[in-house]
Amino acid sequence: MVEHARNGAVEHYEDRIVAAFTFCSIVWAIAGMAAGVYAAAELVWPELNFGLPWLSFGRLRTGHTNLVLFGFGVSALIGTSLYSVQRTSHVRLLAPKLAWFVFYAWQLTIVLGAWSLLAGWNGGKEYAELEWPFDIAIAVIWIAYAVVFFGTIARRKVAPIYISNWFYGALIIVVAMLHIVNNLALPATLSKSYSLFPGAQDAIVQWWYGHNAVGFLLTGGFLGMLYYFLPKQAEQPIWSYRLSIVAFWAFVYSYIWAGPHHLHYNAIPEWVQSLGVIMSLVLLAPSWATMINGVMTVSNAWRKLQTDPALKFIVLALAFYGLATFEGPMMAIRSVNVMSHFTEWTIGHVHSGALGWNALITFGTFYYLVPRLAGRPLHSTVLANAHFWLALAGIMLYVLSMWAAGLSQSLLWLSLDDLGEVRYSFVEVMEAMAPYYLLRLVGGVLFLAGTVLMAVNLRLTFAGARTVAVSAPALVPAHAAAFSAAGGTP
Amino acid sequence: MTLLAVHKAVERNTGLLIFGILVVASIGGLVQVLPSTLDESLSAPAPNVVPYGPLELVGRDIYIRESCSTCHSQQVRPLLAEVKRYGAYARAGEFAYDRPFLWGSKRTGPDLLRVGGKYTDAWHRVHLLDPRTVIPTSIMPAYPWLDTRGANADDDIQARLKTLRTLGHPYSDEAIESAPAALEGKTELDAVVAYLQSLGRFGINDVEEHVGH
Repeated sequence: MVEHARNGAVEHYEDRIVAAFTFCSIVWAIAGMAAGVYAAAELVWPELNFGLPWLSFGRLRTGHTNLVLFGFGVSALIGTSLYSVQRTSHVRLLAPKLAWFVFYAWQLTIVLGAWSLLAGWNGGKEYAELEWPFDIAIAVIWIAYAVVFFGTIARRKVAPIYISNWFYGALIIVVAMLHIVNNLALPATLSKSYSLFPGAQDAIVQWWYGHNAVGFLLTGGFLGMLYYFLPKQAEQPIWSYRLSIVAFWAFVYSYIWAGPHHLHYNAIPEWVQSLGVIMSLVLLAPSWATMINGVMTVSNAWRKLQTDPALKFIVLALAFYGLATFEGPMMAIRSVNVMSHFTEWTIGHVHSGALGWNALITFGTFYYLVPRLAGRPLHSTVLANAHFWLALAGIMLYVLSMWAAGLSQSLLWLSLDDLGEVRYSFVEVMEAMAPYYLLRLVGGVLFLAGTVLMAVNLRLTFAGARTVAVSAPALVPAHAAAFSAAGGTP
Repeated sequence: MTLLAVHKAVERNTGLLIFGILVVASIGGLVQVLPSTLDESLSAPAPNVVPYGPLELVGRDIYIRESCSTCHSQQVRPLLAEVKRYGAYARAGEFAYDRPFLWGSKRTGPDLLRVGGKYTDAWHRVHLLDPRTVIPTSIMPAYPWLDTRGANADDDIQARLKTLRTLGHPYSDEAIESAPAALEGKTELDAVVAYLQSLGRFGINDVEEHVGH
């Protein structure tokens, strides 16, 4: 309730920037998913490439991944982290002007970056395709973000740093490290650079980055979101504070080793691959510890699921988180990886995480956040429920079709006849993919349609409203003591 | 309980928290990734491996520009079915002049590590300009614009070669001097075909030796 207190005498939280990040995140979600849907359609009807460079599958798919990861995902993470860090620290953001620099510079980077990828500037490393001028810009913006975030924590008025901030903090620190090392390159021209690492070494560095961009951005960052918005939405404290400590440090320690499972049976040393397998399996423990912590937190609030669409999204996201973090370690085992590597199974796995976990928890958080920023209830619960079912149907179609496609692909590729020769030509296997690609396209369209419904719903919720001014609550000493003892959400 | 007490200090001090995350997250990289980047057996070229010529290099950079590695891997695994389908499996020394590496992570189209010499130049030209004229069910995009641009349209081949030489690729002064002339009259299509034909230069002769691994 204190959140809605209006008090002109004390400093307000800087929430307009949260609204701005939320708005841009939704715009990039729609743009990025639309690019993905179009690219999926190109695999069904290749004529849709129209012989246009910027619309061709390779460039468009790169645009898709960059828009959803860095436009939708990172905008949502920065926005929600700035919202929760103020509330868990009971202070206004440090240097709001620097925070606004982060906002404008980040959005400009996304716009120009997307343009550059479609224009053919490409560093060639997956999920790090942006060329060196953008890499430098991203590093500068990221450091500014770190100053705002950690600076706000440093001037907090409550003793403990709340759990969500550990995860957002790990996101900021580790992504900075990964981004800088993986993008070390020597520029030849404005739009072309060559990696500092050659061949096999480049591959090891790239997947140390690639896997941990997933780890610390798509897992760690969004766990920060979970640890703040799930207890708020469920109106329950985190089930186990100790479990969250163990899960956090085990997560930070073990994720970083798992990258080489992207390079099984490739030309890198076997010890590097084997370490990757072992640590991928170890990773199951902290992943599921966090999932269990989340599920137990909701366990006293199941009844809210009937009425609260935001909580429904967050709980379903938790289920997909559990699923994807089980599937990942399994796929890291070499004998399973022989089947899954290079196939559509990988695409299905990524999307069960990206759509099922990242997008759904972000949607749930936005359904919680926007009414509070606007100071009025959600425009339509019916639309939000329709979004929920569209999203779930879309994910299921997408993931199941890609599982089936991936298994078929590997079984057909690896099949040998009685003479020990390959049984099916590559073209025959590719032709067998057609029905799955069509089903995946339908799944993507459903998911995108749900996202558009959310955009309309949240726009109508916010229409004509101004961001509510919220001040830090005055902590009664007893409350503050109980808070620090329990490590709970203020 | 003592560990909890330690944690109580960490979670009450911004600097300690930052330091803790940095240290704990670095261990894996220091033990596993850093030694790999110093391991010369992973960066040294195999005996018969030479740097890309100017036309091949331009073709490779176009391959990167168009994100060809989104759909085509360049990494034959030591599995019987893969060696039978594509040729000799990949070894680290083959990639010493690959910046960045282009192993890929997905095969929407076939692996290309050993594609050189499997088709004629003419086949590649037709296939790149309109894949469905040679493979009716192909879902690959057509690349008609490759035929309309010169291979050295940006006049930056020497800058690229010099950058690679700084990184240790043994290009001679004469090679860099004569590079623009080597691209004279060539299109981007010529460059991509030259690059594709260069793939598989290494290891194609010892396929049989490696079958069965």
